[in-house]
Amino acid sequence: MTRYAMTMDTRRCVGCQACVLACKAENKVPANGFRDWVVTETRGKFPTLSQEIRSERCNHCSKPACVLNCPTGASHVAEGGIVLVNYDKCSGCKACIAACPYGARFVHEDAGYIDKCTFCLHRVKQGKQPSCADICPTRSLNFGDLDDPDSEISKQLRSRKFKVLRPEQGLKPNLYFLV
Amino acid sequence: MNFDRRTFIKIGAGGAGAAAVSGLTTNWWGLDKNPTPDPRTEGEKIVPTFCELCFWKCGVLAHVKDGKVTKLKGNPMHPLSRGKLCPRGTGGVEALYDPDRLKKPLIRTQKRGEQVFREASWEEALGHIAEKMQGIKEKHGPEALALFSHGYGGKWFKHLFKAWGSPNITAPSYAQCRGPREVGYYLTYGTGLGSPEPIDLANARCIVLMGSHLGENMHNTQVQELAEAIGKGAELVVVDPRFSTAAGKARYWLPIKPGTDIALLLAWMNVIIAEGRYDAEYLAKHAEGFDELKAHVKDKTPEWAYPLTGIRPELIRETARFISSARPSTVIHPGRRTTWYGDDTQRARGQAILTALLGAWGRKGGVLIPGKIDVPGYPYESQYPEHRDVVDRPKASMYPLADEVLASGVCDATVPGTAGYDIKGWFVYGTNLLQCLPNPKNTIEAIQKLEFIATVDIMPAEICGWSDVVLPEATYLERCDEIWTPYYKQPFLAIRQPVVEPLYESKPGWWMAKELAGKLGLENFFPWKDSVEYAKHRVHEAGYDCEELQRTGVVVGESVPTCEEEGLSLSFDTDSGKIELYSKPLASLGFDPMPQFTPPDEPPTGMFRLLFGRAPMHTFGRTTNNRFLGTLMAENEVWVNADVAREVPGFGPLKDGEEVMLINQDDVREGPVRAKVTERIRGDCVYTVHGFGHRARGMKFAHGRGASDSQLVTRVKIDPIMGGTGMNVNFVRLERPTADDRARRASA
Repeated sequence: MTRYAMTMDTRRCVGCQACVLACKAENKVPANGFRDWVVTETRGKFPTLSQEIRSERCNHCSKPACVLNCPTGASHVAEGGIVLVNYDKCSGCKACIAACPYGARFVHEDAGYIDKCTFCLHRVKQGKQPSCADICPTRSLNFGDLDDPDSEISKQLRSRKFKVLRPEQGLKPNLYFLV
Repeated sequence: MNFDRRTFIKIGAGGAGAAAVSGLTTNWWGLDKNPTPDPRTEGEKIVPTFCELCFWKCGVLAHVKDGKVTKLKGNPMHPLSRGKLCPRGTGGVEALYDPDRLKKPLIRTQKRGEQVFREASWEEALGHIAEKMQGIKEKHGPEALALFSHGYGGKWFKHLFKAWGSPNITAPSYAQCRGPREVGYYLTYGTGLGSPEPIDLANARCIVLMGSHLGENMHNTQVQELAEAIGKGAELVVVDPRFSTAAGKARYWLPIKPGTDIALLLAWMNVIIAEGRYDAEYLAKHAEGFDELKAHVKDKTPEWAYPLTGIRPELIRETARFISSARPSTVIHPGRRTTWYGDDTQRARGQAILTALLGAWGRKGGVLIPGKIDVPGYPYESQYPEHRDVVDRPKASMYPLADEVLASGVCDATVPGTAGYDIKGWFVYGTNLLQCLPNPKNTIEAIQKLEFIATVDIMPAEICGWSDVVLPEATYLERCDEIWTPYYKQPFLAIRQPVVEPLYESKPGWWMAKELAGKLGLENFFPWKDSVEYAKHRVHEAGYDCEELQRTGVVVGESVPTCEEEGLSLSFDTDSGKIELYSKPLASLGFDPMPQFTPPDEPPTGMFRLLFGRAPMHTFGRTTNNRFLGTLMAENEVWVNADVAREVPGFGPLKDGEEVMLINQDDVREGPVRAKVTERIRGDCVYTVHGFGHRARGMKFAHGRGASDSQLVTRVKIDPIMGGTGMNVNFVRLERPTADDRARRASA
């Protein structure tokens, strides 16, 4: 089996947001929508501070709440566990937006359907990296197959400390943040 | 999200209907196959070229479909992009399709600055420029015309002006940017650093950033190597009044009092020398003046530096030990815009000398000695004519070590009677002087004295509004420029080639320069048919296959040894042939032969020092109208320390996101602009991203968004060594915007 996932190295990332624009250009994401975004968290008081920068997107959960809550079957699990929206089936009802704890989905302002990260499956099928990982100047983003022990991401997850976001939701997210 | 109920119902109804039908017909029969969404942005044609969103000039692969550029990717073969692009590079498509672009040549019909023009043909516009240039030449000589230029297309106009006979060819990238750094390193090592800076971040074990905010400052390759170094366990020491992105990754963040970096550098040297942590063997072999330096820093202890810098003595000691423990693989990053306090050449000297103490120049993980591919020039018959001396300073004896023309000085020489002779005409290529030069009021006064001013640009920036003739240039994606062969650790040769045809009536710079040369009787200097023929000739003469180059965008030359570890034997182009820790040239000119600390002026009560810098998605004011980049940052903010924000008079307390006016020591009011209330900055300064607060009406997206730091830089401290304009010497107070402020902004 193939289980696609992504690692995001918070130590390397400078938060430049090239990932955001590369995604927008690749996927013709409308101006007001974002399939990926960057979060900068600063803790502490001057001058004792720490900071974490994360490039976030859909977690392509192994137990996707959005798919479970989709009344039309538009949200579905495609190959490699990638969570997709079949735009033709989507009624724009936003049940998935309510169900997703990661804020990964938005209404496409021109077309009306719900849009989100596809892990650039159209590129992955051609053996390419998703456009965010492809552009990233700091090589903070890595996409690959978790079920392949020799993949870069499998190796990273064996050797590095990592976390997932909101694990208490129990959705088994597949975006791993290397810390 | 703009999604009103009405559209929701409309789409909902259609969508539900479609879903019902597909559900019945496909699911029922088990034929329901969800399609893989494909936005179809992959190019039918992919054209390699290089970027112009900033001066780093990364290799780009432009995807073209149905005659339009769909997306830009990094060229994996290009040593500067290595397959990756920063957000600006990615957003270059919108520079091409910006609806506010200059579209036709324009001739001014109202007063300068009124921004009122009529459209003209190229023939008329260029004819008008040639006539005005000839007129000025007859009355005042060819030198009375100055060229201000920034960007790679400027090469053609520099050539034209040399042929014309003017030495007053200048760029704000020197005296307003990296000039002091170049001179400081030149004095120490006999060479400046140039661009791209040849620092070996990838192999560094310790990286010291002083005011440089790499990561917000997206020099692609340097950011790539910074991440690579972090990945390999390198540690950062970041000296910055602001908790920059890099500071967030640092082992040590030293929130230094602005303007006191030289004191810290001297204290670091004190510790490194007193504790014998320097590279004695390297210094004995390569450097001169160690004893003088040792005596000079003997009393510059961390305890001495503490009250000056605000950095605790034990932290100065610890970081000095840490920095030297990684030698020679320590990069003391030289920075880029180094025009801060007027003693900037001396600060650069301090960084250069520290680098030498660590034995890091010409060493792996330090500073490398780059190579270059030699490309013969295109042959033309004429020699450049003789001319009078450059007129960029009030007296020839001033700023004796400036090795490029001072843009600020040429601007000043436009005011009659202030310099050797008067500048009467400006030709401006790709540089918005109202934002690049300090004190825009001065610049406008100078422009009002001119007999003629012409501007070549892509966008209707402020400088266009003050010009007599405006020429619309094709963007970098529509033109072929001079080939590029910089000094780099991996020498390479890159070409810029047109990806699509120029939009509107825009023309490439090479064409304008050649046409103008024809009208000025200088056609002998431009014997090439076009820039493509020109580039092909040079590439061929250099022994490379031009068709191959057009396919790949870049050829990488043979690697040369760049450091002692690779077998390079170090040599220095200084008078002594050694690294000069003590500078005799400086001493003989009456300057400090080794850096001395001079205390910065204190902010007046209730005021903050104004600091400004970069954000990853913008290159100054050049990109602030780019709507695609604007989705990430449409306006700047003013960073204010959180504790201080509670106490700002008239706000009680100043809240994050609240609008403020910035008022400087000369009562210039700028804004409104939003405050970012944050722990990430000292309380004695505020910070903003440069390039916002546009007044130009034609830049419809950027107009009136954010605050212009340039307007607030009404004072400078000029570096006496090389004429750089230290600009971090202005102070602002914060006030609530009044109705007048808002009205002024709306009508600007």
